[in-house]
Amino acid sequence: MSQGTQLRWQRATVLSHRAAAEEIAEIVLAGEAPLFTEPGAHIDVRVLPGRTDSESVRSYSVVEGAADGSWVKVGVRRSPTSRGGSRFMHALKPGDALEVTAPLQNFPLRVGAPRYVLLAGGVGITAIHAMARVLKRLGTDYQLIFVGRSRPAMAFLEELREEHGPRLRLSVDDEGDVLDVHELLADVDASTEFYMCGPIRLMDAVRRAWIERGLPLPNLRYETFGNSGWFDPEEFELRIRGSERNTVVSSEESILEALERVGVEPMYDCRKGECGLCVVKAQQLNGVIDHRDVFFDEEEKSSDTKLCVCVSRVASRSGAGAEACGADSSAHARPSLTLDFP
Amino acid sequence: MTDLSPSGATAKNMAYPLNAWYVAGWDYEVNRKKILSRKIADRPMALYRTEEGRPVALTDACWHRLAPLSMGSLVGPDGVQCPYHGLQYNSAGRCTFMPAQKTINPSAMVNSFPVVERHRFIWVWPGDPMLADAALIPDMHQMGSDEWAGDGKTIEVRANYQLVLDNLMDLTHEEFLHSSSIGQKELSESDIEVTHDDRTVTVSRFMENIDAPPFWLKNMRDKFPDFEGKVDRWQIIEFQMPSTICIDVGVAKAGTGGLTGDRSQGVNGYVMNTISPVDQANAMYYWAFMRNYRLESQRITTELRDGVHGVFAEDEEMLTAQQQAIVENPDHEFYNLNIDAGGMWVRRLIQRAVEAERSMMASDADLSDAKG
Ligand code: FES
Ligand code: FES
Ligand SMILES: [Fe+2]
Repeated sequence: MSQGTQLRWQRATVLSHRAAAEEIAEIVLAGEAPLFTEPGAHIDVRVLPGRTDSESVRSYSVVEGAADGSWVKVGVRRSPTSRGGSRFMHALKPGDALEVTAPLQNFPLRVGAPRYVLLAGGVGITAIHAMARVLKRLGTDYQLIFVGRSRPAMAFLEELREEHGPRLRLSVDDEGDVLDVHELLADVDASTEFYMCGPIRLMDAVRRAWIERGLPLPNLRYETFGNSGWFDPEEFELRIRGSERNTVVSSEESILEALERVGVEPMYDCRKGECGLCVVKAQQLNGVIDHRDVFFDEEEKSSDTKLCVCVSRVASRSGAGAEACGADSSAHARPSLTLDFP
Repeated sequence: MTDLSPSGATAKNMAYPLNAWYVAGWDYEVNRKKILSRKIADRPMALYRTEEGRPVALTDACWHRLAPLSMGSLVGPDGVQCPYHGLQYNSAGRCTFMPAQKTINPSAMVNSFPVVERHRFIWVWPGDPMLADAALIPDMHQMGSDEWAGDGKTIEVRANYQLVLDNLMDLTHEEFLHSSSIGQKELSESDIEVTHDDRTVTVSRFMENIDAPPFWLKNMRDKFPDFEGKVDRWQIIEFQMPSTICIDVGVAKAGTGGLTGDRSQGVNGYVMNTISPVDQANAMYYWAFMRNYRLESQRITTELRDGVHGVFAEDEEMLTAQQQAIVENPDHEFYNLNIDAGGMWVRRLIQRAVEAERSMMASDADLSDAKG
């Protein structure tokens, strides 16, 4: 989403609504005006009708769109930590009206590379699906890797298998098939373009391996919706330096939302951890910062002095996924953080 | 924007197909000294060459705040740097550097248009890059052939590109507009023949046993210094999609077979024209005059180029005035005469291409519907 730019909102109607996988709804929408889309585009949706603030807006990748703009299909995962967005989307029924923007492009596919690797994790397939289709139509050399928890949780499996045959590689956690990122990058060369969308852990792993291999960074293209971290979301205390407006951030809201709730006015734009506009200095950290952004590099992340408040959180060291960071598992008090807010 | 009327009335401003090759500049204009800014079919482009010499066309508007990249500078082996806040892009349009941060926003990029260098021109495809096929570039082989010599120029015409195509498809106007050089009354007295296929339109006109107009008399004397007498004259105008017109022109000593194939007793030229729409009211008109005699003479090359330049200045003045009149007389229609047959076929081919681009979108939709 692009808070700073003038977005034109329009009314849309739900044409159909069905389950595409466990917890993933496939929703087809028709706009008042034609919704022309291209691979990698997303639409913004107002998920809190009647409100126009940042909290009311969510972005969803367009899985597919009619070439005449008459409909777009989005895939929405019901988030266990839904801040209202996926709950709203999952409750929609055919005929319901909602407010959307025209498809916006933040993740464009460039044609003309000699080889492509597409990597989708979980609901990330919604952004990758249309890219794979275009690459297939062009007869290019591509590989599509789809990582998921379990088959029933992976959307569009049947049609993907039909369309991409041996070019599709599945990696299913509960079948013990863990994706080896280094192996995946082994046959990637400097001219390969790599597109990924999925959980931040997966993308971080690829990004690290990519840098290790000395591959050109501009060829690594990714998009995140900032909805996955290294740790499960938990409650933490937020103090604002020199302010009375301290609060507790629930596991269902972001720091950005908590700040707005208590009347602080943060700057932001993408709300996906990409632009760096929402960066705030952090102090007196009790716990670890769960950096869920792609704006900082590894070094900046490990120094824990700044964070993107739109997506990042604080976790106690005992949180799930702590092993991944090599942290100890001793119990702590509620994690907390002080923000140096100007 | 588009002006395709189903009623049969002739559009005063034509839409342009986007899935097509258009010339963005002469080969020498795209270089490493200065980033060239050209607009084609409403798309501003920044053109330059990589260190390896490959031409590149990027959107001439930075991803960040839309500053024109053509005002920036070349960096690295194949990239450009935005003049405003220093974002850098490679030849694929990918952002490779951002100031004040260690990572690069993964969505940062500008469009990179397909480019091909051929026939002394840089050709750009403004439409869907997936459809760009170099085999569709118009044949202008005389531009680079050992058997032809010549040179040309560029005219920035303040008129819709279709008016230029109309002008070239109907050379009857030579009699009136170019009376001092190539005009003569036999032009409108002789019949034209119009043929076409899916991508080309050809208009031919032959004039037997006539006096050579001044321009052609001079050319005959360059080849046959003591030439006197009558000539046979030909004009074979060939249009190729989307907007290239190569005209086979010349005269030969009367009765020596110039009109039926033996041109040895004559002089033969090719007027090479390719017109790129800039926007609805402006076009870039690239032309050259190629000849197949006295190839060694730079004097003749220069004289011909300047002579034709003078003739085309007369066209330019008329086209600008015509576009102006179109604007000032919005309710006035275009009417057609039999001399417009060639131009009307060109319009029909272009209109079909524009409509096909639109319905291609619709049929893509049907396809995915069928798939469910
Ligand atoms: S708003 Fe863009 S990184 Fe937080
Ligand atoms: S406008 Fe190009 S860097 Fe800011
Ligand atoms: Fe003329």
